[in-house]
Amino acid sequence: MDNKNNIIEVENLVKKFGRFVANDSLTFEVRKGEIFGFLGANGAGKTTTIRILCGLSSPTSGKISVAGFDVYKETEKIKKHIGYMSQKFSLYEDLTVKENIEFYAGIYGLSRNEIRQRSGKLIKKLGLEEEKDMVIGSLPQGWKQKLAFSIAIIHDPDIVFLDEPTGGVDPITRRQFWDMIYEASHNGITVFVTTHYMDEAEYCERVSIMAEGKIVALDTPAGLKKTFNASSVDEVFLKLAR
Amino acid sequence: MLIIIGMPIVQVLIFGFAITNEIKDVQIAIIDNSKDEVSREITQKLLSSEYFLLNSNLSDYNEIEESFRGGKIKEVIIFENDFAFKLQRDKSAQVQIIADASDPNMANIVVNYTASILKDYQRSYMAGKYIPVTIVPEIKMLYNEELKSVFMFLPRAITILLMLISAMMTSISIAREKELGTMEVLLVSPLKPMQIILGKVFPYIILGFINAVTILLLGYYVFGMPVQGNMILLLLEVLLFIIMALSLGILISTIAKTQQTAMIISLLGLMLPTILLSGFIFPLENMPIILQLIANLMPPKWFIIIIKAIMLKGIGIAFIWKETLILLGMTVIFIGLSVRNFKVRLE
Repeated sequence: MDNKNNIIEVENLVKKFGRFVANDSLTFEVRKGEIFGFLGANGAGKTTTIRILCGLSSPTSGKISVAGFDVYKETEKIKKHIGYMSQKFSLYEDLTVKENIEFYAGIYGLSRNEIRQRSGKLIKKLGLEEEKDMVIGSLPQGWKQKLAFSIAIIHDPDIVFLDEPTGGVDPITRRQFWDMIYEASHNGITVFVTTHYMDEAEYCERVSIMAEGKIVALDTPAGLKKTFNASSVDEVFLKLAR
Repeated sequence: MLIIIGMPIVQVLIFGFAITNEIKDVQIAIIDNSKDEVSREITQKLLSSEYFLLNSNLSDYNEIEESFRGGKIKEVIIFENDFAFKLQRDKSAQVQIIADASDPNMANIVVNYTASILKDYQRSYMAGKYIPVTIVPEIKMLYNEELKSVFMFLPRAITILLMLISAMMTSISIAREKELGTMEVLLVSPLKPMQIILGKVFPYIILGFINAVTILLLGYYVFGMPVQGNMILLLLEVLLFIIMALSLGILISTIAKTQQTAMIISLLGLMLPTILLSGFIFPLENMPIILQLIANLMPPKWFIIIIKAIMLKGIGIAFIWKETLILLGMTVIFIGLSVRNFKVRLE
């Protein structure tokens, strides 16, 4: 531990809800700039972990640091350095594309000038020039998702947490979405992504697989396939789940 | 479950007990200028009727106004000089009935009961003597001489509206953010929880305030309802009530996860008790003691007292500081509870 290349360090993270143990002694680290896949079946405890790392929930015990800050004492500092996109679609449906961008950029304390600059750039990049004054509710799901991701990284965070970002999205949009993730990663943003699409796991640099609150495997996709003698991460997952 | 089973029971009980236009133990004051046997007999008859309770015997006309201001006394009965003598000689005597008409319904009922007791006495008086006599009731409605029901309606409309806009709308709008997931994003952002709540609440303070002022203006220009008391005091009390309602709304939203739940809690938990137990429709004085005690927990009850006092009776903070303090206390409690709940939710 205490490696300068690690942006997230988790040691023996435990989270209990009453007697139910959602996270059972997790230990892992995420390296700066990598795309870290966090896999697991529904209810395996992925969202709980993400919520703890984002400061939405406090751990029962364990040593955890995010972007160099302690999750117990420095949540406010962590919040300035992370972006977050939840499972639930999280833009304001009754605001326009432009208003949504400006609102979230404003929350992260960007200056007026920066907001104007970045929202203009973003709208252009997503090809939403004609739709920029339309309310979000009227856009197709895929576009909303891409916009939500762009907004989650509008303030250039060190890390972005994506909680099942591609749920309910068609394969083509998913592909485009992953292109955007690569681009963000290329720009130096660490990506922490949960998913239950196993093909997406292949896009990650390193993958951890969770089951019943524990991390049962953590390696590169290639490493995992080799260790478990499988042809795809999907197969690895099925072997582990059994 | 509690709501499904408990609600009908509560409603039936409230409706059953509360919907009554009968009066019981209404507090009155008497000025007896003649103190003769007839006036004493009438007093006796009034007080033994179970409808009225003697609060005090006054001796000076100046005390009338003051006793009404206290808010407890609903009616003052004045016997003229030489009551028995005039009844004997002139075959007619006057009783002046002054009622607190800041609640026109109540005043009407009280006055009618009094008048019919007087009639009753008149009949029994004649029965023994075979002389036609008349006791002339001279009725005066204080604070609202024309018995305009709008005078009563308006303060209550303000109360209900502020409650609706402030408490219900805030709780729904915060619950909406939770439901849609935007609240999570806000919580992950560097914004402090306090900033988020203030941001959500501020528009409704303005909105509620504009609404209250609109109603006041409408009342003044359309219905001719004056504001007797201090305008600034009135607006400050309005502001206090709005903040109270907002903190209640926040409290509800910390409990409710969806807009629907927030709406149901606001409607069943706030609106119905507000309408039924704040003296909005049914006079509190006539309710069973338990309901009266519960009504004490309803913020609108106190606000209605305050705003009626300021608007109709024109009295100042000296007479309503107690009610104001109660509202203030409730606000503090609600805010405290919601801050606690808000933190617990984050754990």
